[in-house]
Amino acid sequence: MPKVAIRFTLNGSEAAEFVESGTTLLGALRDKLGETSVKGGCLQGTCGACSVIIDGALKLSCLTLAESCQDARIETVAALARGGLLHPLQRAFVETFATQCGFCTSGMLMAAKALLDHNATPSREDVIEAISGNICRCTGYEPIIQAILAASRAATSTAA
Amino acid sequence: MELRKSYFADERDDHLVEVGKPRARTDALGHVTGASRFFADRNFPGMLHLKMVRSPHHHARIRAIDTAAAERLPGVVRILTARDVPHNLYTILTLIQVGPEDENVLATDKVRWQGEAVAAVLALSERAATEAAARVAVDYEVLPAVLDIDAALQAEAPIVNEYHGRNYYRYDSGECRKVRYGDVEAGFRAADHILDQTYSSSPIEHAPTETTGCIVVPEPGERFTCYTNTQAMFFTLDVVAMILEVPGHRLHMVGGTVGGGFGGKVDVIVEPIAVLAAKLTGRPVSFIYSRAEEMQVSSPRGAERIRIKDGVLRDGRIVARQVTAWLDAGAYSRHSTYGAQKAAAHFPGPYTIPNVAVDSYCIYTNRTPSSAMRGFGVTIGDFALEVQMDKLARLVGMHPLEFRCLNAYRDGDMKAHRQPTEGAALVECMQEASRLAGWPMAQHFYAMSSRRREA
Ligand code: FES
Ligand code: FES
Repeated sequence: MPKVAIRFTLNGSEAAEFVESGTTLLGALRDKLGETSVKGGCLQGTCGACSVIIDGALKLSCLTLAESCQDARIETVAALARGGLLHPLQRAFVETFATQCGFCTSGMLMAAKALLDHNATPSREDVIEAISGNICRCTGYEPIIQAILAASRAATSTAA
Repeated sequence: MELRKSYFADERDDHLVEVGKPRARTDALGHVTGASRFFADRNFPGMLHLKMVRSPHHHARIRAIDTAAAERLPGVVRILTARDVPHNLYTILTLIQVGPEDENVLATDKVRWQGEAVAAVLALSERAATEAAARVAVDYEVLPAVLDIDAALQAEAPIVNEYHGRNYYRYDSGECRKVRYGDVEAGFRAADHILDQTYSSSPIEHAPTETTGCIVVPEPGERFTCYTNTQAMFFTLDVVAMILEVPGHRLHMVGGTVGGGFGGKVDVIVEPIAVLAAKLTGRPVSFIYSRAEEMQVSSPRGAERIRIKDGVLRDGRIVARQVTAWLDAGAYSRHSTYGAQKAAAHFPGPYTIPNVAVDSYCIYTNRTPSSAMRGFGVTIGDFALEVQMDKLARLVGMHPLEFRCLNAYRDGDMKAHRQPTEGAALVECMQEASRLAGWPMAQHFYAMSSRRREA
């Protein structure tokens, strides 16, 4: 299997690897770059656990080829906290019990961040729409919806 | 959260430190930062990937397995079949003296459900393992299959599992778990109404977001470290030791964060073959279910059928309850014999009934083996019981909550399986539920207590 060189920015740092052609971004992140904060729950685009943000847009890393990410800017949940301070979304997820087993949490947080990056004051419907591609088998979703709404309120009140 | 302190006020110590206050989960910080470590968040140099060759048939005899073409594919390291498994017969509950052993790690002469493991392919990549698994040629003679509880109980039904010799589990009490209390026939004769209903449920998959799996690393001195998302660490250790015929101290099981279990990760299925593969190849081995395997191969909650016959007096008191329950274990026992047993004890429900008879059967069919799931043996039974209670209330023209209060167990009442009731709180729960729901009962039901029966 021919190897291809990939290079992109991962959470603000340069990352480069050789991967087999056809390797998914999820595979490259987890198996080659040790970025195990990204989870794989289905490897077929149906659960959202593998969600990352690529050049500002929410993407499923299990359906994205690593070689299509040349020079892209990739963000995972690992970069959400800044300087030891949790992101408002992370704080809200802890406080509202929006994470139980935690396996969906990385993807949920990425979906939520992509939402708040584009819409700082989402409605409940916006939140539901934004996480509709992310499956959580533990929480029943309501605490997650509440967490995202709480985070948006916290972020807008500190900004004001 | 508001604590309603009027209930059991004399028993209450109100110097509560934790109860009633929110507490952050100890693992939440790891989860929201992506730092929590799940078993698969590891990579070892030279790690092999295991893929199963699985039966496409519900029931078939294996005439031959030909691995030659698969072995020639690039990246394939080894293919394991039944011959390679030292003690290729097990059942999880052996550890608590519930036999017989009835399941192979890799199928020997027969497959008994669609998805049963037949051969394990080990390759350098997941892709190579998947391709090779598709090239393993298995010659099957397809046999007639038993696909539901009715078919299993037909006189002429094919035998699903020869280790049981019949399509139901034999308890020490006979062909089912039995509870007998009072005289159920006398109760029916005394009743004003009889209600005889049958309820059934389909299998339910837990569908955890993280699929079942493990990674095994050989260590010096014939020891093995197994990183697993099992919910049953010690069962896993002991069962692996028995199957491999190695002493338990050679096995180091490492658990940790489980990405959703709900009972579905309680069976010991992936670890024995992965540890064996690591032993035979001397290399780290990763065996992780695909999403398709998780949905189709991992044990679901079993299908159930429950027949409840109740005798009730005009004033609402239930005087007799007869229950026959059938739990579809699928092809192997796993935890189902225990589920059916638990059901037998549970069936009168949280009600005091003077005459009770329960027969609870654990049935074998050529379906995916079922096993534990959130209150298995009880949850579906509760659905049936509570639907039945609503129907009974309607039959005698009573408010459903009042009807339940009237029949609710109280402290000191003897349960049908001869355990005295202690610490009951059903009446109080219904009192509070009726208040919260704005669904009032007659005043005297609010004066009832689980601690004593009113004169
Ligand atoms: S792993 Fe990508 S959507 Fe499930
Ligand atoms: S917290 Fe377990 S799947 Fe969401």
